[in-house]
Amino acid sequence: MHAVAHAEAHAETHAHPTPGLYARVAITLFVLTALEVAAYEVARDPVAPLHGAVEPILVPILLVLSAAKFALVAMFYMHLKQDEPLLSGVFVFALIIAALIIVALMILFSYQYHVAPTINPKRG
Amino acid sequence: MSHDAHAAHPDTATGIDSRKLAIWTFIGSECMFFASLIGTYLVYKGRDVAGPRPHDPWLLKGVEQPQILEIPLVTVGTALLLFSSFFIVLALYGAQKGKRGMLLGWLAATIGCGAFFVGMQVYEFSHFYHRGMGYTTNLFSQTFYTLTGFHGTHVTIGVIWLITMFVLALRGKLPPAKALNLEIAALYWHFVDVVWIVIFPVVYLMR
Repeated sequence: MHAVAHAEAHAETHAHPTPGLYARVAITLFVLTALEVAAYEVARDPVAPLHGAVEPILVPILLVLSAAKFALVAMFYMHLKQDEPLLSGVFVFALIIAALIIVALMILFSYQYHVAPTINPKRG
Repeated sequence: MSHDAHAAHPDTATGIDSRKLAIWTFIGSECMFFASLIGTYLVYKGRDVAGPRPHDPWLLKGVEQPQILEIPLVTVGTALLLFSSFFIVLALYGAQKGKRGMLLGWLAATIGCGAFFVGMQVYEFSHFYHRGMGYTTNLFSQTFYTLTGFHGTHVTIGVIWLITMFVLALRGKLPPAKALNLEIAALYWHFVDVVWIVIFPVVYLMR
């Protein structure tokens, strides 16, 4: 009896979303992608409305929209929101290392391009 | 342990099916792999001695060429890849509920979107090559082809995996009890989608 109740509670906790929620996530993803491309087009065209406001912050806009899309797919389509926390832990741990790899590469190459040439002018 | 409880928690130390933990560990390692490729693309971005560059006109044998990247085509491919993630969760829902028509229909739609994306990338690569951008033309071409090429290879593997799932479903070998097999393939498919969610703005939209 206890095992059956436990299994039912487990199924309730880990039940995957319904097709209706999946559809709402898909529409949100589509809208966010449209916003990304719209921001790019506005930043590219000097006579577009809001060009002056969007152009300087295009990169942050794209990063935020991209992160939102990434989180939506991971949480709802990959079911991290419903599945065991250990799986989220495995994924987030790898993402932190992945982010550190990108940051480390950018710092190292920034040093090579901007600092190292002034220390040793023969290197360029 | 009763059968019900056994179905809820697999008999493993973590209580998670080992195949599911394995695919998540694999996805984690793949995140690091793509991070190194994206990082390499970013550190070499704008360091080319000669064109083509992603967002500027460039000279080929003294003749000015338009911007090499074609945003509208890739936007369509991106939208289809995003929708394919939606289609495969519907296919998985069908598999889990024993709805064979739903499973087969949405799985076929997912395969179609994936095949379109691979076709788009093959077209893009051959078009760029004929416009004068080979693999060794400059830093942009090398990092672009390496990053998007590895992603395209992953999508191709995903399409082959999904076709295998489709054939199994068609032969009645993907009952609700074996829906986890499709869930694992779907996790891989979502992974190639989230990688593209990062690659698309970084390569195609950031100036």
